[in-house]
Amino acid sequence: MPTVAPLDLEGHCVAAVFLGDVPHFALADGAIHRLDHGHKTVQANDGLLAAFHDAANDRLITGGEDGKVFAVKAGGEATELTSAGKKWITSVAAGPQGAIAYATGKTAFVRFADGKTREFVHPRSVEGLAFSPKGMRFGVARYNGATLHFPAAEGKPVELEWAGAHTGITFSPDGAFLVTTMQENALHGWKLADGKHMRMTGYPGKVKSLSWSVKGKWLASSGAPAAIVWPFSGKDGPMGKAPLELGTRGNAMVTAVACHPSQDVVAVGYDDGMVMAVRFADAKEVLLRRPGKGAITSMMWDKEERRVAFGSAAGDCGVIDISA
Amino acid sequence: MSDAQTQIPVTVLTGYLGAGKTTLLNRILSESHGKRYAVIVNEFGEIGIDNDLIVESDEEIYEMNNGCVCCTVRGDLIRVVEGLMRRPGRFDAIVVETTGLADPVPVAQTFFMDDDVRSKTRLDAVVALVDAKHLPLRLKDSKEAEDQIAFADVVVLNKTDLVTPEELAKVEATIRAINPAAKIHRTTRAGVALSEVLDRGAFDLSRALENDPDFLEAHDDHDHDGHDHHHHDHDGHDHHHHAHASDIHDVTVQSVSLRGGEMDPKKFFPWIEKITQMEGPNILRLKGIIALKGDDERYVIQGVHMIIEGDHQRAWKDGEKHESRLVFIGRELDAERLKKSFDACQVT
Repeated sequence: MPTVAPLDLEGHCVAAVFLGDVPHFALADGAIHRLDHGHKTVQANDGLLAAFHDAANDRLITGGEDGKVFAVKAGGEATELTSAGKKWITSVAAGPQGAIAYATGKTAFVRFADGKTREFVHPRSVEGLAFSPKGMRFGVARYNGATLHFPAAEGKPVELEWAGAHTGITFSPDGAFLVTTMQENALHGWKLADGKHMRMTGYPGKVKSLSWSVKGKWLASSGAPAAIVWPFSGKDGPMGKAPLELGTRGNAMVTAVACHPSQDVVAVGYDDGMVMAVRFADAKEVLLRRPGKGAITSMMWDKEERRVAFGSAAGDCGVIDISA
Repeated sequence: MSDAQTQIPVTVLTGYLGAGKTTLLNRILSESHGKRYAVIVNEFGEIGIDNDLIVESDEEIYEMNNGCVCCTVRGDLIRVVEGLMRRPGRFDAIVVETTGLADPVPVAQTFFMDDDVRSKTRLDAVVALVDAKHLPLRLKDSKEAEDQIAFADVVVLNKTDLVTPEELAKVEATIRAINPAAKIHRTTRAGVALSEVLDRGAFDLSRALENDPDFLEAHDDHDHDGHDHHHHDHDGHDHHHHAHASDIHDVTVQSVSLRGGEMDPKKFFPWIEKITQMEGPNILRLKGIIALKGDDERYVIQGVHMIIEGDHQRAWKDGEKHESRLVFIGRELDAERLKKSFDACQVT
């Protein structure tokens, strides 16, 4: 039976991650809580709005209401990387070679490991940011599509057009596909080799959480009473194929998803705080956590594939141990 | 959901540059009224108050991808409101200041069309600041000035000290002609009581028509087909000069006030749906109190473009006339057709 080590905090959890093997919980007030031989806290932003787990450097990049970007490392080290003025930092991302990206208003910034920064101004607001896993390339979700930049080189960005407001963005782990979340209840995708469109619709709610399965064979998503899992193993992605619907519940919406690091299993978090693990092959479900106080907002598996850290909108966070 | 929280009221401030928005904002932020406000502005600009809860946001109008051109929302507000609402308890209400040229409609629609925003906040009222001296000029050179007035629940007619009583009366009549439903306050230095602009509940169906603007009140002695039928008696001291709507060539917004008896719900609801579907792009606001046959409660409705909401408000009082009243504010409205089709919904 899975056991839950709860950590009851005050406030909305923006990100629940493992840094090293220590679970960290970044709250909207900018406090980063961790369970490291007891409950400890370090302060990052004054008002934390966006967070991105930089797996390669084992750190959490955060941006906030104070216009600052922080890097939080295991052991309680929170370093201010940069400040962009008084405006909110609305999105952050981490990429290859220690580069990070952050956005404020219509401007996206890329800061390389050596501290050098480049600015990319757009005609409309930058809604989401993501680096491609390959090469020095990053994507911006924007109104009516996405823009790809090559910050290490000069040259024109690549514009990908699709009508509507695109709010979030992710590259597939092999860099072949780009997927955006939209203001309407849909995902949109592009096959980057030929620009082919992929429409992924039918959600009853907005999609706010996406997670690629091992080797990018599947993309799990929230926004429905089940985790909607699209097949990406074919050369044209999910086109013409139906998604899996895992962990379907009649009276709750999925608000967060996190794929297992090595198996075709997804952790599914719901708006009532319940967490389940569901296997793709046979849709078998295991209850990991009973409903709590608030919607699950963020989850992550540890490297040993034994624990899941989870955060909620009401602050009732914790760590699920599935090996117990 | 167990983390349900009460909806935070949102006040939208519109008005041209120089109309007094900043003065009013500074008062809201500095006067002691026991409430804390988060303020969303387009530019930090003139606000001389240092406050963590002043958020600068780039106006970002998003058309919804459903083929409807009037279904627009403010994408930046969705994001900012979501961010603010992750830390509730810091403020009691939100004020959104728009740019001088802003279209108030996407701002208002954000609070109806986005599920996340709607679940956490509620639109309280749209307040338009108007510069008494410069309004005539503004109306000549822009559609936005007119839209802002047409869309407002409260109009603060500011800088009245810069005009003569005659000019003021004319400006007020113009505002009335554009929007007979709004409450008008004459001020200098935006000196309106904050209780008149904040916590108005103008979009709250149970409250919206509580202090019925008198255009919606029963006045049996008035003819019921005039679209500005009794704004003339607002300023008793000035009977010799009135600007009638038809005299104001620069006004393209009109209002259509309808009055009838008890309505047949089987006819009325399909009718109002059809009207808002077909005329939605032309309708800026609609409000009404409907007497439905066989219903012992007043039914209130309100709408913004194609969005329409309705609910029972309260029981009809003893002796209260079961009358239906409805006003449309918009452009290119066919008053005759609206009246005819409205009348056809009455119980025969």
